[in-house]
Amino acid sequence: MGERQIELEVLRYNPETDSEPRFQRYSVTCREEWVVLDALNHIKETVDPTLSYRWSCHMAVCGSCGMMINGEPKLACKSFIRNYEGVIRVEPLRHFPVERDLVTVIDDFMDKLKRVRPYIIPKQAKAISEGEYLQTPAELKKFKQYTLCINCMLCYAACPEYGLIPKYIGPAAIALAHRYNQDSRDGGRDQRQEEIAATEGVWECSFVGACSDVCPEHVDPAGAIQQVKIKSTLDWYTEHLMPWLKK
Amino acid sequence: MAEEVNRKPYVRPITSEWIVRHPRYLRYMVREFSCLFIGGWTLLMVWGLKQLAEGPVAWAAFLECIKSPASVVFHLVALGFAAYHSYTWFNLAPKAMPLQIGDDFVPEAAIAGAHFAVWAVLTAAVLYLAGAF
Repeated sequence: MGERQIELEVLRYNPETDSEPRFQRYSVTCREEWVVLDALNHIKETVDPTLSYRWSCHMAVCGSCGMMINGEPKLACKSFIRNYEGVIRVEPLRHFPVERDLVTVIDDFMDKLKRVRPYIIPKQAKAISEGEYLQTPAELKKFKQYTLCINCMLCYAACPEYGLIPKYIGPAAIALAHRYNQDSRDGGRDQRQEEIAATEGVWECSFVGACSDVCPEHVDPAGAIQQVKIKSTLDWYTEHLMPWLKK
Repeated sequence: MAEEVNRKPYVRPITSEWIVRHPRYLRYMVREFSCLFIGGWTLLMVWGLKQLAEGPVAWAAFLECIKSPASVVFHLVALGFAAYHSYTWFNLAPKAMPLQIGDDFVPEAAIAGAHFAVWAVLTAAVLYLAGAF
């Protein structure tokens, strides 16, 4: 395997000593098959043990290593060095406060995720002895793509609306709410609507579409948000113009 | 008990730099910007209706006015923006209106294609009614 010398410019921030972040440049000898995360691990192991970042699985499953690579939100474990030329600039995910170096504060997202109730709320709870909740392949396909979300928050870093209006619930949380709304076993839509059909829910979205562009799992949060908008609009018309149709 | 940690998260400022960070944001801003021209053209039409209601002299003056070079340039630019807006919007339609038939979803290209087809038919109909052919 070939080796290549690359320059990595990493945003550093030490809350104990720094008043604001700064860039630090590292020169790394990389192997052909390395991803950006390998280069960071190499720096941490051999050059600078103080460098902080999150990672776990190294295979685009855990969603921990999201960061800005040359200005784009990426999973560091999926970003091959060979696809970049010149200096590679690595920054923490945009739109999140920086805890230290590449580590961000993700409390806001965790709170929003909780608020949309991303779990099945059965229409009618039944005892285990009554058997499984059955589902057809078509019913499964209706929401399956949204189940692939790994909560990596790249969509939040890509979304200018979230950057400008931090109260916006944001792409992944709405996509996950939609995932459960679309599930034939679920009956919790009314509860989730209180969060996602509100002003700070889908109506902050102006359909930039960047969330779906950057999703490493090819989920389509932008699509989910527009579908929630249409359904919420129909709800409104039903409620105000045809109240007798409302169950 | 855990040792107390002094946290001091740094909030990076948001600037308008994001617009040029990636072509997708620029394309989005152009799409949003198109509303100014489409809105402007709509106001022009409302003014035209008002002139029509005021009688033949006012209407003739309106027709003369929209034949001016500045008006022709405005119309061409507005047409360009309207076409771009429609193009981007129709391409986004499959995301907002996915159609599942049986187990499978109808391909996105078919949904966007149907929108373009209806657009072409309606445009031809309007041009026909306007006596273009």
